[in-house]
Amino acid sequence: MIDKIILTKYIISPKVFWSKFILLGFFILVGFACSLYMEHEGHYVTGMNNQIVWGLPHIFAVLLIVIASGVLNIASISSVFDKKLYKPLAPLSALLAIAFLIAGLIILVLDLGKPDRLIVAMTTYNFKSIFAWNIFLYSGFAVVLAAYIWTMLDREVNRFSKYVGTFAFGWRIILTTGTGSIFGFLVAREAYATAILAPLFIVMSLLYGTAVYFLILKTISKFHKTYISNDILMNLRRLTVMFLFANLYFLFLYHITNMYIAKHVEYEIFILSNGGIYTFAFWLGQLLIGIILPIIVINSKKLCNELSLIISSILILIGSFVAMYVIIIGGQAYPLTIFPDHIIIESSFYDNVVHSYVPSLYEFGLGLGGVALALIIVLIGIANFKFLPTLIKSPKKNLSDEQENTAS
Amino acid sequence: MTDTKITNRRDFLVKSVTALSIIYVVPDIFPMADASIKKPFDKKVNASTKWGMNVEVDKCVDGCTACVEACIDENGLYGLDRPETDSQWIRKLVIKDIASDKVTTLPMMCQHCENPPCCDVCPTGASFRREDGIVMVNQHTCIGCRYCMMACPFKARSFVHENLTQQLTSAPRGKGCVESCNLCVNRIDHGSETTACEEACMKEGHVAISFGDLTDPNSRVSKSIKRTNNRRLRADLKLKQSVTYSGF
Repeated sequence: MIDKIILTKYIISPKVFWSKFILLGFFILVGFACSLYMEHEGHYVTGMNNQIVWGLPHIFAVLLIVIASGVLNIASISSVFDKKLYKPLAPLSALLAIAFLIAGLIILVLDLGKPDRLIVAMTTYNFKSIFAWNIFLYSGFAVVLAAYIWTMLDREVNRFSKYVGTFAFGWRIILTTGTGSIFGFLVAREAYATAILAPLFIVMSLLYGTAVYFLILKTISKFHKTYISNDILMNLRRLTVMFLFANLYFLFLYHITNMYIAKHVEYEIFILSNGGIYTFAFWLGQLLIGIILPIIVINSKKLCNELSLIISSILILIGSFVAMYVIIIGGQAYPLTIFPDHIIIESSFYDNVVHSYVPSLYEFGLGLGGVALALIIVLIGIANFKFLPTLIKSPKKNLSDEQENTAS
Repeated sequence: MTDTKITNRRDFLVKSVTALSIIYVVPDIFPMADASIKKPFDKKVNASTKWGMNVEVDKCVDGCTACVEACIDENGLYGLDRPETDSQWIRKLVIKDIASDKVTTLPMMCQHCENPPCCDVCPTGASFRREDGIVMVNQHTCIGCRYCMMACPFKARSFVHENLTQQLTSAPRGKGCVESCNLCVNRIDHGSETTACEEACMKEGHVAISFGDLTDPNSRVSKSIKRTNNRRLRADLKLKQSVTYSGF
């Protein structure tokens, strides 16, 4: 008899499950309390101000949304490109996507000046705004993902999985284009006004999503006998190499484009050479830790597939956070060029200085709460539904109803 | 006993309805007490008027903040001495020409663009441009996302970062909403033909700010534009602002 991979629930003792649930729940409560405090007192208690209007919550939110799109890679490869090898890994990928998407959106909503007006945001639209389109793209993505998970888990509708998967793939590409365009469409800011941010965000999502997927699968496998074959590891390693080089390429292209646009040159000089913390974050965090080191690690022949993937994924994840910091905060920190042929000598509104931003604990609490929310959704999902690929060595001994979900 | 109860209930209902009528209906039937207002809100805003402003920079005096103070008083923008988060609808800048080293001072506020980036990006349409050219924020539908602040090339917008205490009925504001200069829309809609900043500048005798209807050749702003070479800031963005500057 050949070995079989079946999808199972997260088989875990109630004690371990509840301890994780309570731990994550604690962070969610802290995050919620932080957002309540910020809303009650107003945003002056945060590090954000009239100069840096989007802060740490946006770093978390945008990163989680980008990751949400990226973790669907695995399912896309399975459904769209018909790679059987990835099929057992696909449902978890869609679950992670929905979890990270919800978490990102919740952070975004709770950081609004008026989170109580969510209903206004959902009923009053200005279709000229990419933000308004994103509301549709994000909420629609959640619905598409739910349908996708259904087609993957229910044998009766499994035949539609390829079509729904292809649709979800298209949707996520548009979604990440929308996320990148939030910045790309800002004509006045030198860091942003370029369409190249959309493909840059797409390749970032591919890289970060794959890293997050692997790290979460690896973490789960510590507690549950999750099956990750060496072929999958080899494939993920190759994919990560590809995504890393794609990131490097688009990042290079983004900066070289800015250098050619005369009015963006000063921003480039700022971010690449004299921007202080932002320059440091770019070279050390975004480029070295986030791209160069992972390229070296993942190509190292001394490390096995698994170890190279673990190390590079952790580095990529650190780099992803710093990349968002550089893009979101660095882009705002550089003062606006209101008078291209003049220097601003005096201003009561900090027009002539590089803006500073020191995030508050409340913002950090909200961000961490969001991450905990994503993880608790995953925890509840895998504990109640059959998402995890498990190797059954001897089918005769392990015959159970779980085999109905045979995935390969 | 029963009869008395019914009477009492009926009596109660009659009195309640009468009281409610007095509270809610009567004020709508009879006109408001202040009949002296020249142009009430029922006059529809249309494109036949286009409000604009020109700043003659060479008349603007370094160190004078009369326009800023007038704006604060007009709109109740009393800060809490937190310059990074307090709202500033108008601010004074001192700038130096890179080529000639000439130092100039000028007021900076919302430029009331014809193609306003703030309105383009606003997800709910809370940022809007009226037909008469005034760009403003609907305080009821602003969700406080601050995307308009990211989009504005002139840093003209402020976010209300904390609870407000000294609000004026003529200029409602809201914690968690974005706000900016609205060319004293409350005054204009009530028939005034000057903004608080222009009035203050005139009182100081500087007459650097000229406000008025751009479609009227005899308005102060039109005359000021005719007299001087005015220019728009960041003209490369083609936003067609209604606020222009001349003399620098």
